[in-house]
Amino acid sequence: MTVRALRRRAVSALMTGLVAGLCLLAVLPLLFILGDLVAKGASSIDWHFFTRSPAPAGESGGGVANAIAGTGVIVGLAGLIGLPVGIGAGIFLAEYGAGRLGFFVRFVADVMNGTPSIVVGIFAWTFIVKPVGHFSALAGAVALAVLMVPMIARTSEEMVRLVPHSLREAALALGYPRWRTSLRVVVRSALSGIVTGSLVAIARVAGETAPLLFTALGNLNFTTDVSQPMQTLSLQIYVYATGPFDEWHRLAWAAALVLMGLVLVLALFARWVTRERYGAR
Amino acid sequence: MAPVDATLLLATDRLTALFHRHAAVKEVSLLFPSNTVTAIIGPSGCGKSTLLRCLNRMHELSDGAWVTGKVLLEGVDIYGGEVDAVQVRRRVGMVFQRPTPFPTMSIFDNVAAGLRVDGRLPTSQVATAVERALQQAALWDEVKDRLHTSAVALSGGQQQRLCIARAVAPQPDVLLLDEPTASLDPAGTQRIEELCHELKRRYTIVIVTHNMQQAARVSDYTAFLYLGQLIEAGRTRDLFTKPRLEQTEAYLTGRFG
Ligand SMILES: Nc1ncnc2c1ncn2[C@@H]1O[C@H](COP(=O)(O)OP(=O)(O)OP(=O)(O)O)[C@@H](O)[C@H]1O
Ligand SMILES: [Mg+2]
Repeated sequence: MTVRALRRRAVSALMTGLVAGLCLLAVLPLLFILGDLVAKGASSIDWHFFTRSPAPAGESGGGVANAIAGTGVIVGLAGLIGLPVGIGAGIFLAEYGAGRLGFFVRFVADVMNGTPSIVVGIFAWTFIVKPVGHFSALAGAVALAVLMVPMIARTSEEMVRLVPHSLREAALALGYPRWRTSLRVVVRSALSGIVTGSLVAIARVAGETAPLLFTALGNLNFTTDVSQPMQTLSLQIYVYATGPFDEWHRLAWAAALVLMGLVLVLALFARWVTRERYGAR
Repeated sequence: MAPVDATLLLATDRLTALFHRHAAVKEVSLLFPSNTVTAIIGPSGCGKSTLLRCLNRMHELSDGAWVTGKVLLEGVDIYGGEVDAVQVRRRVGMVFQRPTPFPTMSIFDNVAAGLRVDGRLPTSQVATAVERALQQAALWDEVKDRLHTSAVALSGGQQQRLCIARAVAPQPDVLLLDEPTASLDPAGTQRIEELCHELKRRYTIVIVTHNMQQAARVSDYTAFLYLGQLIEAGRTRDLFTKPRLEQTEAYLTGRFG
């Protein structure tokens, strides 16, 4: 082998190693967090943890059933409000967003994407909690929806933009009206990307705490009434982790593990939804 | 221009197509007789695609694109105020240079796409129409056992014939082909040329091509375009054997362009 060939091999091996090392560095924190959660939280998870509401302070036992249900209700409601608005705005931006209105909407979305979530919480408190006179799950869901919309709008826009122009033209040349071209061909081609983006946004807000402190507030009892204060896993973690009891700390770890698990399930679900429809391409 | 013959399906009358202030097609007047194949030839960038895209109002979808003059479809100017572009495109089908199957749809749904828009055809008749279109595009035998698999799993040549099937399924009056064989091998090219002969019994075909032999083989009439202007048009046989203009002869013999 010539010297040059040897050198190429050496450089190639070095670069591959470097990239692999950097990848490992990127996932290392995640592995640490997961490992830590399992180590500290797994032992507190049993059947009661999923089926019972919290025990009174100082007593042992009890679970986070109320918080799991609350997370489901609030995040679900936020999705119900946020997904149509976000996806609709994204499609609008990609398909008709060339003008001034598009520029304005895009600008607002970008600013909102950078807005701290606690600000959104204060906003929801000012416009919903205060006028109504009490905290409610609905106000929390609205706050989370407001957080979701710009995220979903921007990713949906990107996904729709990725659809080749030729596909759009092919549909128009068949005599599709423009809106039908958008929905039947363009959006359908971008659908897997839109679904992934939406589920990522849902996963992101599922872990939000700050905007819920002023809105959903938290609740020690099991409830599904959205006009009342409601517990979520993130709020429960906040309360338990900042509390004085060792038992609470253990429960906080366990609740964090459950929350991570939920997000993981969402991510896997996103994968499953967007799997290739027709096998090998 | 003389009054248009009623049996004449398609004609342009001093058609000028512009991108912003740049005219890509200049004052072109052409007749496309029914049930014939007309080839549009000329060097790259001379406005062939632009001319073709004016014939089904696809041109106006580009940025800053506009048109003056007329395109007459059965005597009616498709750029007239009361004409709906969407309706024009249903009567004038188009196949692009690159195959463009809809990736989210099966082979069957691709061909049915134009039939289903606005539910023009009852579902019971869609299957028959899809089979007929695939037969016409000489693709039926190859795909009849896999109609409900992905369209993007087909080869490039098959995808192009699928696009032809998709275009003919709604039974348009005119079929526009923009370099339909540019990305195909000789065998695929031959199939599509045979298809032109087949299809002109039902449709009026306008084909853009860079290949002189192809123009000579498939077309009845040929129009030679240069820098957006129509230089010469006539029966293919005449144009290829005794072109009237020096410029046409130079291009046909490969001395420029
Ligand atoms: N979207 C567009 N915006 C601006 N100018 C354009 C656009 N499309 C085409 N043109 C211009 O119009 C002229 C004609 O282009 P056209 O695509 O019709 O050429 P063509 O004859 O089809 O060429 P080819 O054989 O390479 O496909 C060219 O000068 C081109 O630069
Ligand atoms: Mg072209």
